[in-house]
Amino acid sequence: MNDVTQISAQVTELAYALDTFYFLVMGALVMWMAAGFTMLEAGMVRAKNTAEILTKNVGLYSIACIMYMLCGYSIMYPGAFEGGVFESLATIGSGMLSSSDNTRAAVIASGGETYYSNLSDFFFQVVFVATAMSIVSGAVAERMKLWSFFLFTVLLTGFIYPVQGFWKWGGGFLQQAGFLDFAGSGVVHLCGAAAALAGVLLLGARKGKYGKDGQINAIPGCNLPLATLGTLILWLGWFGFNGGSELKVSDVGEANSVSLVFVNTNMAAAGGLVFALLLSRFWFGKADLTMALNGALAGLVAITAEPLTPEPIQAVLIGGIGGLLVVASIVWLDKLRIDDPVGAISVHGIVGIWGLLAVCFTNAEATFGAQLLGIASIFGWVFFASLAVWFVLKKTVGIRVSEEEEYEGVDISECGLEAYPEFASAD
Amino acid sequence: MKMITAIIKPFKLDDVRQAVADIGIQGITVTEVKGFGRQRGHTELYRGAEYVVDFLPKAKIELAVADELLEQVVEAIANTARTGKIGDGKIFVTDLLEAVRIRTGETGAEAV
Repeated sequence: MNDVTQISAQVTELAYALDTFYFLVMGALVMWMAAGFTMLEAGMVRAKNTAEILTKNVGLYSIACIMYMLCGYSIMYPGAFEGGVFESLATIGSGMLSSSDNTRAAVIASGGETYYSNLSDFFFQVVFVATAMSIVSGAVAERMKLWSFFLFTVLLTGFIYPVQGFWKWGGGFLQQAGFLDFAGSGVVHLCGAAAALAGVLLLGARKGKYGKDGQINAIPGCNLPLATLGTLILWLGWFGFNGGSELKVSDVGEANSVSLVFVNTNMAAAGGLVFALLLSRFWFGKADLTMALNGALAGLVAITAEPLTPEPIQAVLIGGIGGLLVVASIVWLDKLRIDDPVGAISVHGIVGIWGLLAVCFTNAEATFGAQLLGIASIFGWVFFASLAVWFVLKKTVGIRVSEEEEYEGVDISECGLEAYPEFASAD
Repeated sequence: MKMITAIIKPFKLDDVRQAVADIGIQGITVTEVKGFGRQRGHTELYRGAEYVVDFLPKAKIELAVADELLEQVVEAIANTARTGKIGDGKIFVTDLLEAVRIRTGETGAEAV
């Protein structure tokens, strides 16, 4: 080939390498969110339940990776399918991930259309399904059987999540209807919250949480430094979650877009935290740290549906409204006697819905109709499919530990060890 | 011999330890406890739900003393641990039937 063709080929290769690298690094950041969820949840439960929730988090991450590799990824991205609602389930059995990838010749021949490694795409996607699943673990904390949770994990990460993921990102009917969800306020967060809500409704509240005449008893978390650390880790990881979802960085336009996404993600978290803290101060009279932390996460969830089109000041407001909603929702769910120890349903569900609707304010291509269709489809499918799975588990192996096991702490019953063996527990 | 048990505010512990050391007491046992007398608890707030913390942290100290030193030690503890505000604590004195120093086997007044 002559000089120009040679240089052109090299540039194409370099862009491929850069965009692949980008997927891998952003994916690694999202993987780190697993540490964020683990620490956040460990800080918000009581000491006697800490080892179990740690085990649950590292376990669900691992199961998610394996299930997605076995069948989830191909259900979600079947390639050339017609977009029928459950069509891609046909790939089960034949869709296991292989190591084959794009050849240099194919990349150059594509003129840059093929611009990333297939495996880097898998890596980037698999950490998202793990994120969705980990939303459930906090809501059901302190009273669920560990292995029942793992069984549910197999089904959510292998089937339930991929089906609705296909509807939007895999080219299915939601994508075609014009439903917009940049990085997954719906596909990931609302999905996780719906599965969590289904579980919590069948599980019931922790013993002692709700009293006789509408009384709501506080069950404080044992380690707020861990909860705070976890939140900051999630904040960092979210740059990968949203930033990576731009899917490309290797030209001026894309690099600028990625930068704006990083900035807006950060601004929304900041707005969410500040607004939640202010509301906590005015409503309860004190600056509740746990509300501030949930506020930051709410801001992040809210902007996840569309971090590219808002101006930074709008991102602050979108996140800020998320922060207000999450505080109100946490109190409201308690009034409904829906016990959610970490506020997962509020952060990811209520605010996930807000994030999806807020897209209409900054993205001219969005319509309320399409957004509502997405919200209803994702929530409907995930909630009812999850409810069915939780129900079957409840009737067969059971989903709740016994009253005595709950009193002693699930560390003992599920893990046979204690997270803090040298410290005598208070209750 | 007498056993003195005193419940005091935790931040007074160092002062009390110093005060009894000045009298010549060489041993003391400290436990972290919770409790209340006529001092009530306080209300805390967690995610919008109020709850009352009835038990307040205190420090419990135990010393075995010879009869001759009893009055001095009780006075020293009371004077040092007092703030004048509610929750200062209490001192209890009980008879001590026997004391043994494990290393040497000494008993009675020599062991205290």
